[in-house]
Amino acid sequence: MPQTQQTPDALKEFAANLKHAPRRILETAFRTGPPVTDRARSSFVFGNVFLHIHAVRTHRWSLRWTTTLGLGVATAAAFLITLVTGVMLMFYYKPYPDVAYQSIKDIHFVVPTGRLIRNLHRWAANVMVIAVILHMARAFYTAAYRRPREFNWLVGIALLVVTLGLSFTGYLLPWDQLAYWAITIGANIAQSPREVTDALGITEYFDPGGLQKLLLLGSDDVGAEALIRFYLLHVMLLPLLLAALMAVHFWRIRKDGGLVKPADADAWLAARREQETYPVFTEAPVKTYHLAAIVRGRTPLVGKGPENTVPSMPHLFYAELGVMMLTLLVCLALSIFSDAPLKELANPSLPENPAKAPWYFLGVQELVSYSAFMGGIGIPVIVLLGLGLIPYLDRETEGTGEWFGGPGGWRLVRASLAPGLCVPILIEAFAIRFGWLREWFPDIPQLVVTAVNPATLITLLYAAWSVWCVKRFQSARAGALALFTCFLCGFVVLTTIGVWFRGPNWVFYWSPSDWPKH
Amino acid sequence: MPRRDWLGLSSLATMASALLFGLIGLLRLPKAAVLPSPSKKFRVELPQALAQGEAFVPPGRSVAIFRDAEGVYAISTVCTHLGCIVKPTAEGFECPCHGSRFHGDGTVARGPAPRPLPWLRVSVSGSNVLVDEAAVVPQGTKVS
Repeated sequence: MPQTQQTPDALKEFAANLKHAPRRILETAFRTGPPVTDRARSSFVFGNVFLHIHAVRTHRWSLRWTTTLGLGVATAAAFLITLVTGVMLMFYYKPYPDVAYQSIKDIHFVVPTGRLIRNLHRWAANVMVIAVILHMARAFYTAAYRRPREFNWLVGIALLVVTLGLSFTGYLLPWDQLAYWAITIGANIAQSPREVTDALGITEYFDPGGLQKLLLLGSDDVGAEALIRFYLLHVMLLPLLLAALMAVHFWRIRKDGGLVKPADADAWLAARREQETYPVFTEAPVKTYHLAAIVRGRTPLVGKGPENTVPSMPHLFYAELGVMMLTLLVCLALSIFSDAPLKELANPSLPENPAKAPWYFLGVQELVSYSAFMGGIGIPVIVLLGLGLIPYLDRETEGTGEWFGGPGGWRLVRASLAPGLCVPILIEAFAIRFGWLREWFPDIPQLVVTAVNPATLITLLYAAWSVWCVKRFQSARAGALALFTCFLCGFVVLTTIGVWFRGPNWVFYWSPSDWPKH
Repeated sequence: MPRRDWLGLSSLATMASALLFGLIGLLRLPKAAVLPSPSKKFRVELPQALAQGEAFVPPGRSVAIFRDAEGVYAISTVCTHLGCIVKPTAEGFECPCHGSRFHGDGTVARGPAPRPLPWLRVSVSGSNVLVDEAAVVPQGTKVS
């Protein structure tokens, strides 16, 4: 009988299939085999949903240390660390006033590894803010925002704002004194358009400030409603927004032709052939890369060998992994040596003195100590608008992809350090020594006090210097170099004053040891 | 009209209206019809020994209550700049956050505060005082 003869065979086959199942599962998951040939390396990248956001081959210029300093990858790595540690903190954190404080205390003192995870979360957030600012400076100084990358620069600015929003909402969650008064001050900065509507007498009919505060707090005072809103923003809305924007940001890098490089990058690399040359197309190009690898640009890589490129696996990926590990190492070292602060339980009737925001907001806090609307909303919005307009005003091509490229170059940047540092230091010194408007003219209209913030003067003087540079070099890029450098300097000066030289009642002190005793 | 055009237009129109109405709902959602705030009115007994011009701050409240020959009055201690709690001093009030100073009647002496500290409605019965933190009265309103 044929059936009886087949039975042992089917069983044997079944047993053999069972035996090979683990290997076949691996083979079907990673269809390409080990990435040892160029072709397998290409399909390793485009066959993997997580890696295929990269091109299969990377230009040598992109892999030079000085091209990016790894700052973008460091920012992304810091975000990944905050993401993982943040989810871990959510196991114990309870977003309700007073209970929140106790749960943070538990995380810090009771939960095994809780202190390290909280410290890592806090330090990675700080590293992310620093890295994102430096990454922006790198993109600016190498003129990476120019065509076709204008829109990605805008996405980057949105990412900067969301990063700062995440940091701010995160500071509020422990419900300690720092948290409570940071919410209070933040919500009132949101309300500060009232300074203008009040002065115009239209607050009754048109009150955007009051509405903003109400939407943030969900109530007219800071309580459970406000905390749950900030929690929602911190763990859900802003991270989702950040992830979506990051996806666009990374995808655009590739679609805009990879990282920016100078027009003569290939010639430059060819002249310095110190790197071991790597044969391109070691086998017939059956399918080295997809059509998707064709990017917009003057010379699409169609019908040409991809000159001066190396397979992304391993060259790019190992470099990226290295930067990520370095970021993790820095965060870990900081977390081991420095604990995240936790002050006393929030006390709504006694503000801390001085009540200081996290360091990256102390520049803004220094400005709101003169007038809330201009310092907290007006000038920051003007700065963001100015940053966003840069790629649409500078349509030049000279110096793209070069550090401090463009008319003026490094000499102009160095020269801009002088007005950049001196203007805010002198204006602040003047305001600290001689007071500001209301001290001289007690009956001055509020609208003038609101509008004439020291930051208004600083911005105007910076703008004047920038316009002079545009004229002197006949180049918008020169003006942008001057202005960007000035604003970086202004940020550093104001932040330094806010962090180290302001004491109780926001009075100037040379050192915290001079602060009066309570 | 070809069937495909009609389908395309109608699906676009429904999507646009769904987004619009969804957005309107979303905008209305975060502003509750009744705000979950505690009552703004509170009753407190003034200490007998309260000297003229000396501030009495009830525990847990952001109000300074004064008594002089003309009567009782209450001034909010929430800074009009960014909402910190000002401290009553001999000269008036001072804010710990950004250095605003106010005179004894709540008007701005120096600093970034845009408005005077508001005076609040009080009603007096014996030594008991009822303060309504939500009701602002003109500066100088004293109740005996």
